[in-house]
Amino acid sequence: MDDLYRDYILEHYRRPHNFGVIEDATSSFEGSNPLCGDRITMMLRINDGVVEGVGFTGRGCAISQASASLLTDEIKGKPVAEVEAFRADDLLDLLGIDISPARLKCAMLSHETLQKALAEADETAPAASVPAERAEA
Amino acid sequence: MTVTARPTPPELSFAGGFDPYVVRDDFPILSTTVNGKPLVYLDSASTSQKPNVVIEAVDTFYREYNANVHRGIYTIGERSTAAYERARATVARFINAPDAHEVVFTRNATEAINLVAYSWGRRNVNRGDAVILTEMEHHANLVPWQLLAQERDGDLEFIPITDDGLLRLDVFEVLLRLKPKLVAFTHVSNTLGTINLVAEMTEMAHAAGALVLIDGAQAVPHVPVDVQAIGADFYAFSGHKMLGPTGSGALWARRELLEAMPPFLAGGEMIREVHLRRSDFNDIPWKFEAGTPDIAAAIGFGAAAEYLMTLGMDRVREHERELTAYALDTLASELPWLELYGPMHADLRGGVVPFNVPGVHPHDVAQVLDRYGIAVRAGHHCTMPLHERLDLAATARASFNVYSVREDVDALIEGLREVVKLFGEPVR
Repeated sequence: MDDLYRDYILEHYRRPHNFGVIEDATSSFEGSNPLCGDRITMMLRINDGVVEGVGFTGRGCAISQASASLLTDEIKGKPVAEVEAFRADDLLDLLGIDISPARLKCAMLSHETLQKALAEADETAPAASVPAERAEA
Repeated sequence: MTVTARPTPPELSFAGGFDPYVVRDDFPILSTTVNGKPLVYLDSASTSQKPNVVIEAVDTFYREYNANVHRGIYTIGERSTAAYERARATVARFINAPDAHEVVFTRNATEAINLVAYSWGRRNVNRGDAVILTEMEHHANLVPWQLLAQERDGDLEFIPITDDGLLRLDVFEVLLRLKPKLVAFTHVSNTLGTINLVAEMTEMAHAAGALVLIDGAQAVPHVPVDVQAIGADFYAFSGHKMLGPTGSGALWARRELLEAMPPFLAGGEMIREVHLRRSDFNDIPWKFEAGTPDIAAAIGFGAAAEYLMTLGMDRVREHERELTAYALDTLASELPWLELYGPMHADLRGGVVPFNVPGVHPHDVAQVLDRYGIAVRAGHHCTMPLHERLDLAATARASFNVYSVREDVDALIEGLREVVKLFGEPVR
């Protein structure tokens, strides 16, 4: 069995979940690792403080694509506050593979892009919907 | 040569001509293993491996005569100064420079190009002046000129490439009507391997009144370089890609240009006389070598140049041309789905082979190859605009040097089969 390219990682890479443009996105953000040429656009549809819909597009290595696929599965239908509290470390646990320092950026791209998409949603949303303790997450 | 501890002069080991398998014995790292497999080093375009003569030259310096140069009135100080200046003379001979004083030691080719951009560029490029570059430049021969153009309000123009990675000299001819101050281009592309027609391009640029800077970082390890025959004004290159230590590089420039140029870095060594409010500068090349240089690296650089001259750069080129032809042929025939980029004829390219496995990101390709001890580069190889031009996010790149052999290519092919075993047969 392969330590890095486990079957489920390759499966997520070949057939990523939530891949594609979503209707009525309330916020989206494009993130990239210019050094590797990885590029991901993360789209969210937030309604009443809940991530109702999520989708991503882009291209990249198996690690960055599988990570985006797993992450989007994880956050779909969750309250925004919970999604904002989902840390990079939690994503690494979710991936369940040993990531070498050189590949960490690949694994983290979807998480960083998601955080920026959330921040964009915060900016456009009414102030009351931003929980004070999460404001800088 | 008294700086190395090698018992037999290197001449003797190649008495029968160039044999890469004999050459390999000179490189201790090539008999090591990585992840339990023999190292297959295919990233020489990033930095080359080092032969014993270079390792020993550096080692002997530190063990026997480590002392600063141009300062000590004592025996080992004189010995280090002599070895440092002898290395300069050897490097000058290696590129057939008419005068060793025209060779300035730098840390690498990047620093050599920056030296010209800062010192010559800021004196000579003014508002509206054009500098012509190419679409295939390494960032090292692009970003310094961007900074210069921004600061001086100059204009950058680019010679485009064809889809198979050759420069469009017909467009170059048109661009020369802009009466550029400088034309700067790479001798050999680090990404596509294209060997540019440097002498012809230099002649064209001179006819239009421009000076010429050539980025020779990928040329000096692979093809015979004669700066006088090329006729260029500046030739920048690194030592660490031509078997020398990291931290070694050089700028060659015509004497009158260097003499007219203001200092780049200021401090010790580059001065003749210092007063509180003004200083007189040293002669070339020391005017451009402020502070204590990387003496060991320079001495190792000299040993590397000597080693390559002993092998014979004509024979090095022939070996790599033959190996590149083998690689292009066998990669294409054994792995028909593999995407290859750059000129497909080995006569037109150095030992650099960029490729992609369809459907697999080059990082994943490199990661899987590493398990089999195979080192290739993955990414954009410091040529983002070139990747953009070819509409590629990234590529994997195999590159050769004197010690590369057909077995390395065969190992790469087997490794790529493992990649597709893991990721699935590509559809093309």
